[in-house]
Amino acid sequence: MTGMRGLSVFISDIRNCQNKEAERLRVDKELGNIRTCFKNEKVLTPYKKKKYVWKMLYIHMLGYDVDFGHMEAVSLISAPKYPEKQVGYIVTSCLLNENHDFLKLAINTVRNDIIGRNETFQCLALTLVGNIGGRDFAESLAPDVQRLLISSSCRPLVRKKAALCLLRLFRKNPDAINVDGWADRMTQLLDERDLGVLTSSTSLLVALVSNNHEAYSSCLPKCVKILERLARNQDVPQEYTYYGIPSPWLQVKAMRALQYFPTIEDPSTRKSLFEVLQRILMGTDVVKNVNKNNASHAVLFEALSLVIHLDAEKEMMSQCVALLGKFISVREPNIRYLGLENMTRMLMVTDVQDVIKKHQSQIITSLKDPDISIRRRALDLLYGMCDVSNAKDIVEELLQYLSTAEFSMREELSLKAAILAEKFAPDLSWYVDVILQLIDKAGDFVSDDIWFRVVQFVTNNEDLQPYAASKAREYLDKIAIHETMVKVSAYILGEYGHLLARQPGCSASELFNILHEKLPTVSTPTIPILLSTYAKLLMHTQPRDPELEKKVWAVFKKYESCIDVEIQQRAVEYFELSKKGAAFMDVLAEMPKFPERQSSLIKKAEVVEDTADQSAIKLRAQQQPSNALVLADPQPVSGAPPPLKIPNQEPQAAARSISQPNGTSSNIDPQAPSPDLLSDLLGPLAIEAPPGVASTEQHGPTGTEGVPDEVGGSAIVPVGEQTNSVEVIGNIAERFHALCLKDSGVLYEDPYIQIGIKAEWRGHHGRLVLFLGNKSTNPLTSVQALILPPAHLKLELSPVPDTIPPRAQVQSPLEVMNIRPSRDVAVLDFSYKLNTILVGAKLRIPAVLNKFLQPLQLTSEEFFPQWRALSGPPLKLQEVVRGVRPLALPEMANLFNSFRVTICPGLDPNPNNLVASTTFYSESTGAMLCLARIETDPADRTQLRMTVGSGDPTLTFELKEFIKEQLIAIPMGSRALVPAAAAPPPPPVAQPPSPAALADDPGAMLAGLL
Amino acid sequence: MIRFILLQNRQGKTRLAKYYVPLEESEKHKVEYEVHRLVVNRDAKFTNFVEFRTHKVIYRRYAGLFFSVCVDITDNELAYLECIHLFVEILDHFFSNVCELDLVFNFHKVYLILDEFILAGELQETSKRAIIERMSELEKLEDLLLRCFAEFKTTMVMLRFVKGYVEIIILNLFYL
Repeated sequence: MTGMRGLSVFISDIRNCQNKEAERLRVDKELGNIRTCFKNEKVLTPYKKKKYVWKMLYIHMLGYDVDFGHMEAVSLISAPKYPEKQVGYIVTSCLLNENHDFLKLAINTVRNDIIGRNETFQCLALTLVGNIGGRDFAESLAPDVQRLLISSSCRPLVRKKAALCLLRLFRKNPDAINVDGWADRMTQLLDERDLGVLTSSTSLLVALVSNNHEAYSSCLPKCVKILERLARNQDVPQEYTYYGIPSPWLQVKAMRALQYFPTIEDPSTRKSLFEVLQRILMGTDVVKNVNKNNASHAVLFEALSLVIHLDAEKEMMSQCVALLGKFISVREPNIRYLGLENMTRMLMVTDVQDVIKKHQSQIITSLKDPDISIRRRALDLLYGMCDVSNAKDIVEELLQYLSTAEFSMREELSLKAAILAEKFAPDLSWYVDVILQLIDKAGDFVSDDIWFRVVQFVTNNEDLQPYAASKAREYLDKIAIHETMVKVSAYILGEYGHLLARQPGCSASELFNILHEKLPTVSTPTIPILLSTYAKLLMHTQPRDPELEKKVWAVFKKYESCIDVEIQQRAVEYFELSKKGAAFMDVLAEMPKFPERQSSLIKKAEVVEDTADQSAIKLRAQQQPSNALVLADPQPVSGAPPPLKIPNQEPQAAARSISQPNGTSSNIDPQAPSPDLLSDLLGPLAIEAPPGVASTEQHGPTGTEGVPDEVGGSAIVPVGEQTNSVEVIGNIAERFHALCLKDSGVLYEDPYIQIGIKAEWRGHHGRLVLFLGNKSTNPLTSVQALILPPAHLKLELSPVPDTIPPRAQVQSPLEVMNIRPSRDVAVLDFSYKLNTILVGAKLRIPAVLNKFLQPLQLTSEEFFPQWRALSGPPLKLQEVVRGVRPLALPEMANLFNSFRVTICPGLDPNPNNLVASTTFYSESTGAMLCLARIETDPADRTQLRMTVGSGDPTLTFELKEFIKEQLIAIPMGSRALVPAAAAPPPPPVAQPPSPAALADDPGAMLAGLL
Repeated sequence: MIRFILLQNRQGKTRLAKYYVPLEESEKHKVEYEVHRLVVNRDAKFTNFVEFRTHKVIYRRYAGLFFSVCVDITDNELAYLECIHLFVEILDHFFSNVCELDLVFNFHKVYLILDEFILAGELQETSKRAIIERMSELEKLEDLLLRCFAEFKTTMVMLRFVKGYVEIIILNLFYL
């Protein structure tokens, strides 16, 4: 540009500036100059305007704010001559973005340029819209751009710009392209000979199919044709080969588009595609020229992901695995990086764990690579390939690496180590070790979630408590410990420190001393935890220790006037309470167990994928409904707990329920009906073991869960796997079992619908309300809900509307009447349609035996006459149950209470026994008193003897079986409480024992005497 | 999809910045600063890929210049790496033996070339020849207009000259 001397001079000036300050002065001077000129419209010729606008762009590029002149840049767009117009377009698209109001001023000019006859102007306008067009543009310009793209009179130059411009508009507003007419056009576009237009059109296609592959299925064979043309026939003009490779970019794009189609049905298309892929897989050699090598490997890696996606024949898959195995051990960093990355992706879609495990040591080497990019990939892969068999090794590697890892990776690293430790812990003490080490090594990077989680585990697992306490105590001996460590140790020692009382250095006052040493070093949020711990230590010291009391009181006194409200309140309240004796004990009693929660950590670890087009892998994962369901159910074989299926509901609940761990002021009165926090804390307790526990129990010595588990798992099958194309959120079986013990909650959830349930029970009647909530922005149609009632229940469901509008919730009451005792379950056959997808599920309705029980507490005068009146079978049945999950007596009492069989304390002289009573309601039996006695063996908690009696033989039998299921089923997160409707007849082994068998058992006779 | 393309020298001076996603000015400056810091100290033996926030930066160094493109994490890394090289080849061809100074003084041309190469964050044209031809087409167009303008200017000067001449003649005539 000959006439731009002013610009060159300015650039030279800037370059000659000695320092930043001089540069700034020069820039300010220029900006002032430009500003004055812009104000004085008269002297501003189009040429000068153009020069100034370029200068503005240059200044902007240097990093200075240019907050004026946007108007001038935009106004140049409407200049009549090309040079000015060009500058206007280019600078506008650099200085402004789609959210600027100025851009709206230009829409009309831009549109005129697009529909005008001047090809150069068309190109400029399409480029602007393609680069910064927003929704406004999408709404008003899409049809014009479409017309240009398919026009036969336009040069390829214009059409390729139109294709990408349309792509932008489509991304801004997917409704801009009407699928109906466009699919055919798109198919024709793929026959294009000009590779520039074809490349752009293929990019457009990728976006379109990622949104809706069905509509564009006719494009599939075309993509294969393109690949054949390039990779097999090499039928491209010389200028479109890159280092001898026919446009690697187009090949990559075509294969990318193919990854959005779930399968290729047409056998001949499939065959030709596989030929091409085979050629790419086999024919890619390592060559000296870097560029050629990169380009050919770009194609190769894309081919790999396509093969993986298509789930090709075994032979080809093993080729891929072999190739990847080779790549992860090469020296060339880019290839190694991609090998690691693609292996991780492969894990997500196919089951290649075993092959990948062979490379574990190689991958661990990459974890120590000097390049952080490679280390990250290695970390991801290790995380993905981890299972019970290698968890210990991998987590230990991660811990080791943690000490040397740079700060930017530590948080991710510790989160991942924590999750793996939780998911695959071979035993819980190891889990505690890992987390404490984590906190010790990288305390700053251990988020609160992680230590909340360990507290949750320790609280819910009695066996773990002494171990955790002694570990926590050990860490306190270290000279400098992280504040998070202070928090965990304080919490754990407060709750369980008394379990260590006999060990040296662990008396309450010693614990107090060592904890109190830390107090001056900690920040405000930790002090309340310490105060709670002191109060708990005090409470656990029996008999009272006046020395300790004095010290603790002094601390409370000191904080009574603390400026922090939380600290102040705790100090005052604990001080007063600690003088109250019995009330103090009640309030500060051991924290109840936490209800089972999905780990909030896992949720956190999900990488947010922010991509222009939905990633093919994610789509693929969603396209596998059967897998998703199977995986969401427990898998005793592989031992892997449900993978990352995160229920939307209450993702943070775990953190929330525990965020005030040490008994804050709000739960001074445990009976206070605070709706949220407390109901979480004090809701149905001790019922469901945390997921991690479940996973380890599966490998525990008891090993009895396999069978009931299968029942629970198979009860819910998708209605025809081919129709079900949604991913169920959460575990249906677990949701069901949770609902068996409480009266409201979520029964089922997928990305489109949530079915909630709320129930009221009175005698043998029940009233349930189903809440069907449409979560999506589209209506759900053909909604159907059918009840398949078992013989003993009378069920009446009010009709469900055919359509649920977007984001709406409909309620549907369900009346239940219990005719006679039975453990069968009613099933809700539910289905709906979203667009064209048909989704269905068979869901068990939590109208189970225990819902018709009414808690009843009896005194010994009431209990014993009744007990004696029930003479023996079939009214009173007894059974020795083995394989029970070891539960402490109070826990078992909790369990009984939770299904409304009330424990009557103090009736049985033997402290190892429990006596319980309840009332059962049904139409045939009326209100019927039921009694039960459980005799446990303190030496072996896995077995017990149970005697159940009532005035009705069926009721006695059913109740006995029900209780048995509860006791055995707990380890699985009580997954198999009730047999499925699919298998209604009770297993033959569960027949009432014959009197003869009873007579053989001396214990039975004893019990009969009682 | 390409989120943005940056061309920076070792000192972190931006030689070209093109964003295909809407970012605020302050955000752009931050991004440029962060990307520079990310790539400048990496060893030549390292990969050409670095994770950047939720995306990935694919970069390549030519003499003292870093070419960085930020793409989605699911995009094909090597394809974009070679896309950078193709761009450099085009620049090299256009400026015949390109150096940083060419890019500094002709930054507006670089923007023009880029617009022919990439659009809407996607590759538009992969033929070097097609792009070079297109560029000379555009230059001709500009020159043509400039020449017209220049001719027009000369005509005006000549006219004024003629006019003055005529006036003199008339005056002379008058005196005569």
